[in-house]
Amino acid sequence: METPVQIPFDAQVLDLVRERVFADAIEPTPAVDMPTAYVAREHLLAVCETLRDHPALQFSFLVEITAADYHPASPRFEIVYHFACLGEAFAQPSGAAVPRRLRLKVRVPDNDLGEQSLPWAHSLTPLWPAANWLEREVFDLFGVAFTGHPDLRRILTPDDWTGHPLRKDYPVQVRKDAASWSPMQLTVEEFAANVRATRAASAAAARSRADEPVPARTDKD
Amino acid sequence: MTLEEPQGSILTTSVEKMVQWARRSAIWPVTFGLACCAIEMMAMAAGRYDVARFGAEVFRGSPRQSDLMIVAGRLSRKMAPVLRRIYDQMPEPKWVISMGACASCGGVFDNYAIVQGVDQIVPVDVFVPGCPPRPEALIYGIVQLQRKIDKQRMSA
Repeated sequence: METPVQIPFDAQVLDLVRERVFADAIEPTPAVDMPTAYVAREHLLAVCETLRDHPALQFSFLVEITAADYHPASPRFEIVYHFACLGEAFAQPSGAAVPRRLRLKVRVPDNDLGEQSLPWAHSLTPLWPAANWLEREVFDLFGVAFTGHPDLRRILTPDDWTGHPLRKDYPVQVRKDAASWSPMQLTVEEFAANVRATRAASAAAARSRADEPVPARTDKD
Repeated sequence: MTLEEPQGSILTTSVEKMVQWARRSAIWPVTFGLACCAIEMMAMAAGRYDVARFGAEVFRGSPRQSDLMIVAGRLSRKMAPVLRRIYDQMPEPKWVISMGACASCGGVFDNYAIVQGVDQIVPVDVFVPGCPPRPEALIYGIVQLQRKIDKQRMSA
């Protein structure tokens, strides 16, 4: 089989990150589709900030966050981030942004537990609000907690689910009864209060319409 | 006093039979397409297969106006309470068709996320097999349901 062509890592990106963060913070790795590098977990936020804000880089677009479970290897999880620089049209006026893509990977061991007794990684929500739901998905399906995330709840499975389905040690079939009932998101009192408020508002609107003086007819009508 | 000679044609029947005839002749389904089966369901409702011939063409967006729920596609566990709530909002009398392999038994999705048969959630009257069933198969299912309704007796 022919060896696929490997994409070299951008020397400019590498130099800038190493210069501004830490020499060991980023380590390029072979990849076939886009430049890829491993980032040490503790340096992720600093590296990402450089990628986003440096005038020559401007990776302003967080494309995707996903994860892989290499159970039973250690470190068990890898979080995968895709970034894109959108080029001149979206660049800051000061910089010269080359349109390009970049993949970062963060290794997350499962023997170092953080919040909720789960493996953890830093959240990118302070840098890209788009990270919010993407990290919730990774949390839901892989059980990696993102420290600094504003609202780390399940997003795909039901709220009362147990376990993280895309982990390698999760069973394919759980053989339990399907729930046919879920609580309303409002209490009865809240629902009734909403109805009363809506009625009062529409009644007030009707009264104010009735109070408006009828415009006098003019010759132009 | 003499009885007048009846004018025009006359049919005699029982109230019960007439009510069931009326019920089966205008089964309005609630829109509940969940997956690829819904495409076949739409094809059934459209001009080529034209389920209007059987009086079931008016798909309703509101469960309050529907008689029939066609569960068209795989039902995820998270969707199951929603399906049940829609079913509970439909007025009696109401019927359910489970369309396709996934709705009937989970189909190829033998996994944690999918309900292995919607009869765990709602009472099913007719199961239509297929993956997905052809529109003809779904029409056949509706005709079977019509036969079933025809045989139902209010007194029973």
